[in-house]
Amino acid sequence: MTDPRVDFDSVQLLDVSRHFGRRRALSHISLTLRSGEIVGLLGPNGAGKSTLITTLATLAAPSSGEVRYGNQPARALGAALRKSIGLLAHELHLYLELSARQNLTFFAELYGLGTRGQVDAALASAGLLERADDPVHGFSRGMRQRLALERALLHQPRLVLFDEPFTGLDDRAAAIVSDRLRQLAADGAIVVLATHDLDLADGLVTRAALIRDGRLLADEPAPTGLRTRYRALIGRA
Amino acid sequence: MFVRTAWLVLRKDFAIEARSWEVLTTTLFFATSCVLVFAFAFVKEGKAVEDAAAGILWIAIAFSGTLALGRTFERERYGETLRALLLAPAPRPALYVGKLLGMLALLGTAEVFLVPMVAFLFQATLFSRPLLLVALLSGGTIGFSAVGTLFAAMLVRARSRDVLLPILLYPITIPVIIAGVRGTAALLAETPDEATATMWIGILAAFDVVFVTLALWTFEPLMTE
Repeated sequence: MTDPRVDFDSVQLLDVSRHFGRRRALSHISLTLRSGEIVGLLGPNGAGKSTLITTLATLAAPSSGEVRYGNQPARALGAALRKSIGLLAHELHLYLELSARQNLTFFAELYGLGTRGQVDAALASAGLLERADDPVHGFSRGMRQRLALERALLHQPRLVLFDEPFTGLDDRAAAIVSDRLRQLAADGAIVVLATHDLDLADGLVTRAALIRDGRLLADEPAPTGLRTRYRALIGRA
Repeated sequence: MFVRTAWLVLRKDFAIEARSWEVLTTTLFFATSCVLVFAFAFVKEGKAVEDAAAGILWIAIAFSGTLALGRTFERERYGETLRALLLAPAPRPALYVGKLLGMLALLGTAEVFLVPMVAFLFQATLFSRPLLLVALLSGGTIGFSAVGTLFAAMLVRARSRDVLLPILLYPITIPVIIAGVRGTAALLAETPDEATATMWIGILAAFDVVFVTLALWTFEPLMTE
């Protein structure tokens, strides 16, 4: 028996700080993420975007402050919370020696899903049905990224975290990922996108959280002309 | 859920190994080379130095085990798949147990080749008390792998993991190596000393219980950044 899924409509970061020794990666971040939004975490390299994503994914604990999923902190929800979280990072979380089908089947089983139908649907969605039994190490970056995207969304998570998902993708592949993000938000997921690619974020994110040196500089509805706003708050972009 | 998760991780590791045979072949090659080099040094005119066989058997297990630990977790580092495992809604200690069982299977396979090889090259009567030998090897391998799997998982994201793993692992597993060597040496005596071997097996069993329990208890907090 697997744990029941934890459902929530919002995620709140309450005065979250995260230190690595003396280095402060996140400093007193308070932010609310709501269902149906695509929140862009924008900032230069080293701003704290990935640390924030890792903290939201429960892979790192805040040094101080709290993250609440719905009305409950992560520690109260336990392992079942992770069934509601999907993460696509720059590193793709795929076993290169295994085939696309073996990768998806393994993770589907780990998430306690009925495997065959969902895996086939995910392979079809990634456009990889014909290469399903080929080892992933023979795939192009775009194919791997599509497979990783399906792996991250296999269990239909409520909170979807993307950390630089456009790295190494051509325009067509980036457009596919963007469309998928919009669809997820329309279906009621809470989508968080950490990126420093302002061209792709512009027009895609519905709210922008601008971060620099671990501090939240602005949290506002995403205006068009994101680059101008970014330049005003953070500097050259 | 716990047993199922451990089984899934173990099965996944087997599936990867079955595609490449990389870890098993490197481990076996290294262990064989190790024993051969020692055989050239310690066997003169068909006679081995006293107790050398016991020491060399355990040195080969420890060194090849370290190599296997490094290679096994290197796979989880590439693509950061260990983080994907930690993100799954499964009990995190079950992930540890799955990886530990994989290591035990790997080292067990290596020992199937190593023991007859050491017995042959050193003219050692390793099979005189087969059950006691199996108990010694099992106890030692579990203890070594229990500590090694925990440290290797902790060090996956460390930059100098290849250096840090033996530095952390060997001091803590020295009791395992000593118990293994002394217990095996007792079995190799002209008249096998069953009482001494049994005592060392008891020490190994106690070590295993303590360190497997500690590892299960600390795995989740240690793996949360």
